[in-house]
Amino acid sequence: MRDVAVVAFTQAPSVRRDLDRNEVEILIPVIHELKQKTGLKNEDVDFVCSGSSDYLAGQAFAFVSGLDAVGAWPPVCESHVEMDGAWALYEAWVKIQMGYAQVALVYGFGKPSMGDLPITMALQLDPYVLTPLWPDAISLAALQARICLEKGVCTERDMAERAVRDRKNAKDNPFAQVKGDFTVDGILKDPFVVSPLRKHDCAPISDGASAVILAAGDRAKELCKRPAWIRGFEHICEPLDLGVRDLTRSRSTEIAADRAGVGKKKIDVAELSAPFTHQEILIERALGLDDGTRINPSGGALAANPLMAVGLSRIGEAASRIWDGSANRAVAHATSGPCLQQNLVCVLEGD
Amino acid sequence: MSQIEKALTAPHVIEYTYKRSLGPVLSQFFTALRERRVVGVRRKDGTVLCPPKEYDPDTGESLGDMVPLKDTGVVTSWAWVAKPRPQQPLQKPFAYALIRLDGADTPLLHAVDAGSESRMKTSMRVRARWADTTTGAIRDIACFEPVD
Repeated sequence: MRDVAVVAFTQAPSVRRDLDRNEVEILIPVIHELKQKTGLKNEDVDFVCSGSSDYLAGQAFAFVSGLDAVGAWPPVCESHVEMDGAWALYEAWVKIQMGYAQVALVYGFGKPSMGDLPITMALQLDPYVLTPLWPDAISLAALQARICLEKGVCTERDMAERAVRDRKNAKDNPFAQVKGDFTVDGILKDPFVVSPLRKHDCAPISDGASAVILAAGDRAKELCKRPAWIRGFEHICEPLDLGVRDLTRSRSTEIAADRAGVGKKKIDVAELSAPFTHQEILIERALGLDDGTRINPSGGALAANPLMAVGLSRIGEAASRIWDGSANRAVAHATSGPCLQQNLVCVLEGD
Repeated sequence: MSQIEKALTAPHVIEYTYKRSLGPVLSQFFTALRERRVVGVRRKDGTVLCPPKEYDPDTGESLGDMVPLKDTGVVTSWAWVAKPRPQQPLQKPFAYALIRLDGADTPLLHAVDAGSESRMKTSMRVRARWADTTTGAIRDIACFEPVD
């Protein structure tokens, strides 16, 4: 395996509704800042890979316009995944492992405010038995939450504690959307959005974007004083049908964590991309995290949830903790599909 | 200049001008729904999946042993939708529920018309309410309703 590291990360502030800018306009300053930080020009980048969803833009091949933010000249070797940017980063990592690239630019972007996001998400379901019933994303998560509550996997208090923690951590993150000091008792008095989920149980809807530079070997050391080396990387998918899955745990995260070697040594920092509080609990357990790990110092997905970029941002935030020396070993998580169907786990280490 | 009385228009219909096959298993499921029946598929270990699948989700084996099921079952989880959206199956407060039909081992997702949230309970029994006209689609079941 080649040594590959995350060496730079930029992001747009997550906002509920970016009224003035389209997806590409949100992305442009993010990419420019990344180039400025690293001094890289287009000709220095061997591979460009992005994650976004045409369903958010409501337009076929909407992702192509994202390349306008990179610049069309000189011609780039480029790819795209209709997934979170974390999976685009996985593709770039594979490309570097195969020897086809030394430096890669990865970005994710999304503007879900253009539609009714919980309903748009129904389009990712089975087109015959599920989508025609239009179960919104919050209702599906609520079905899972109720099973977890009734089987004693967690309590409403446990769930509220995650929201309080993440919102508190997010106070130090200028890019986060939902932040501040809340109390568990206070937010548990709020009404249900879709019973048994309250507003604080659901990640916000965020417009945003983020971008990362990956580099191999000596090139990584030139670009970054203390590169965040990728020491474990895996993603696993479960069936789409909720009925055949054990919704009280995240099997795919467990398997991915095992293969990525999460439990081999102490994890200092974890950045989780769980869009609902009960799912954050399931991911914490699947990764085997305990009190020795700082969870979501950025606030995680519950504080800022730019769809298609939120998972990539977790990798960027985890890498940032390696760069600033506050962590030696970090794990980043990304998810896709209904009720944690597919999960990605990335282990990052300092030298 | 003469007044334009009527703008020229032309139809523009976005469509897939081909037919899709549902495959050997789902086509039997939807044909049965059109006849107001429900079927599942048996796995090698004897358990029954509903909705049925063409391949075993764990082993990948081909499945095809169809099993008739009742249109009654039990709720294994539910979520109360107080403000339905226009696309959703009922235009009054309702529950999305996972419903394990009698004779099946896995639940399917559908809507339950319970009137009020206080009537919803995990393990409650429900029965399918069939649509007035059936077309071979999941909404041939209009929704489920509590069995008192």
